[in-house]
Amino acid sequence: MDENSLPFTIEQFYKFISEGRVAATQCMECGAKFLPPRPICTKCYSKKLRWIYLEPKGKLVTYTVIYVAPPRFQHLTPYAYGIIEFERGLRLPGIIRMVDSEDLKVGMELEMVFDSSPSNEWPMWPTYYFKPAK
Amino acid sequence: MKGRSLVAVISAGLSRFGKREEFTGRELFLEAAYEAFSRCPDLDPRRDVNALFVGMMGESFEHQGHVAPMLSDWIGLLSAPAIRAEVACASSAAALRLGIFSVLSGFYDVVLVGGLEKMTKRSTPENTEFLGMAADFPFEQWTGVTFPGLYALMATAHMHRYGTTEEQMGMVAVKNHHNGALNPKAHFQKEVTLDAVLDSRMIAYPLKLYDCSPISDGASCAIITRPELARKYTDSPVYIIGSGQGSDSLALFQRDSLTSLKAARIAAREAYEMAGIKPKDVDVAEVHDCFTIAEIIAYEDLGFCNPGEGGRFIEDGIPMLDGELPINTSGGLKSKGHPVGATGVAQIYEIYLQLTGQAGKRQVEKCKIGLTHNVGGSGATCLIHILKGG
Repeated sequence: MDENSLPFTIEQFYKFISEGRVAATQCMECGAKFLPPRPICTKCYSKKLRWIYLEPKGKLVTYTVIYVAPPRFQHLTPYAYGIIEFERGLRLPGIIRMVDSEDLKVGMELEMVFDSSPSNEWPMWPTYYFKPAK
Repeated sequence: MKGRSLVAVISAGLSRFGKREEFTGRELFLEAAYEAFSRCPDLDPRRDVNALFVGMMGESFEHQGHVAPMLSDWIGLLSAPAIRAEVACASSAAALRLGIFSVLSGFYDVVLVGGLEKMTKRSTPENTEFLGMAADFPFEQWTGVTFPGLYALMATAHMHRYGTTEEQMGMVAVKNHHNGALNPKAHFQKEVTLDAVLDSRMIAYPLKLYDCSPISDGASCAIITRPELARKYTDSPVYIIGSGQGSDSLALFQRDSLTSLKAARIAAREAYEMAGIKPKDVDVAEVHDCFTIAEIIAYEDLGFCNPGEGGRFIEDGIPMLDGELPINTSGGLKSKGHPVGATGVAQIYEIYLQLTGQAGKRQVEKCKIGLTHNVGGSGATCLIHILKGG
C-alpha cells in the first residue's frame, strides 16, 4: 500500500504509534516538516505531502518531575516528563521512565517506547513514553 | 493611534479573592460589580451600561455554560447584551479588549468588562484536569503534562540556558507575599520566608508549592467609556492608551523558544507602540505570575531587563514595592490569588487603584503609567494593556 495515500492526520499519527512508528509529514512543494502532522501545509498551503518516519530516539531539550497530576496519571507520580528533539529538529513531549530524577540532564539521549494498544475509551489512542538510550 | 486614549476606565470593582465557600461565581461577580457601581454614583447602571463582556475559562468548575447573559441578570442589568470571551487565564483581559473595540467603534458608549472563576469547591485532581484543558489535548494532556509541569519545563530551560536559580524564583514568591499581606482582598495575606518557599513540597520540579499561584474564587470588573464622556461620570478616570495581544502555538513543545513567550513579546510591542512609550516609562506593573518563573520571564519579555537577566532583576530588588519599578503590588496571582477568568481585569483594578492614589498601604508614589500583562495557558495568548492616570 502507498502510505502517502493515508490521511495526514493526528488519528493516523496515533495509528502509526500503535504500529511502533513515529511519523511526521513533509510538504513536497516547500519542504516544510510537521510533527504533529498536518493535512495541509500551513506554510505554503500545498496538499502535496508525504509521510516521513523518524528514528525513535532523540535528545532531551528540557524536563520536569511531576508530583501532582490529573486523575489518569496520579498513580504514576512522581514521574519525569520532558520535551524530546528527534532528527531534523522535530519534537514531541512525553513521560520519561526508567530514570532516576537526579540523572535527568538536558541533552541526554532518549529512545521512544511504544507502550500499549489504543485506549478503550475516547480518544482511543495508544500511548508512548521515553527511556534512556542504551 | 499613538499615545491617544482608547477608552477611559471610570470605575472598577473586585470581590475578595480566596476560598469563598459560601458563594457561587455569579454572586462573586455581583460583589465586584456592586463595588464598581458604588464607586461611581453618577453612573446609573441600568440606564448607562450598554453591554457586558466577561471572561471565564471553564464551564467545568461550576458545570455552567452560557454565563454571559446570566451575569447581566445577576448584576441587575437583565437584558443588557453580553458575550463571554475565553482565552484561558487571559479571558478577562480579552473581554476588556473586546470592550475597547466596541467603544472605539462607536457601537457602545459605556460597557462593563470583567471576569470570574469559582474553583475551590473542586478537588485538586479535578482542578488540575480542568486547568489542563487549556493545554494541547492530543500531545500534551494525553501524554501526561500538567500546568505546573509546562511552566516547570520553561523553568528548567531558563535555568539551563541562563543560570537562573530556584532561590531567584523563590524571591518572586517572597516579594509577592509581602505585597499581598498589604492587600485586604488577597487570598493569602501573610509574608513567607525564602526558606519556607524553598522547603515547600515539590509540585513539578523545579517548582514547589510556593512557586505556584493558588486555586482561588473571585471576580473582577471595570467600567469603560469613551474618553470624552469620562468626566460625566467621575473626577478620577484613568485612560487606556495601549492594548496589545499576541498568539503562539498552543503546545509548548512546538515553540521557537522555551525561555520566552513570543505572544508576550508581540503584545508588548503592539501596546508600547500604540501608547508611544518605552519600558522605562512604566511606573508600576501587574504581571502574570501564575508561577514564579513566569514573572521572571515577564520581566524579560516586557523589556524591563534583557533576556536571561530576570533572575538578577529580582535579586537586585528592582521590582520590590520600594524598588525602582514595583511589580505585582497587589500580591500578584501568587498571593492575591488566581481565579483564572477574573485575573486580567483584577490586574486592571490594581493599576486603577494605583493611578488614582487609592492603593492604601501598597500605594506607589508618583505613578503615572501602569501596565498589565495577562497570559493565557502556557503562553499561547498574551494581552498587555497600558494605562495612564487622569
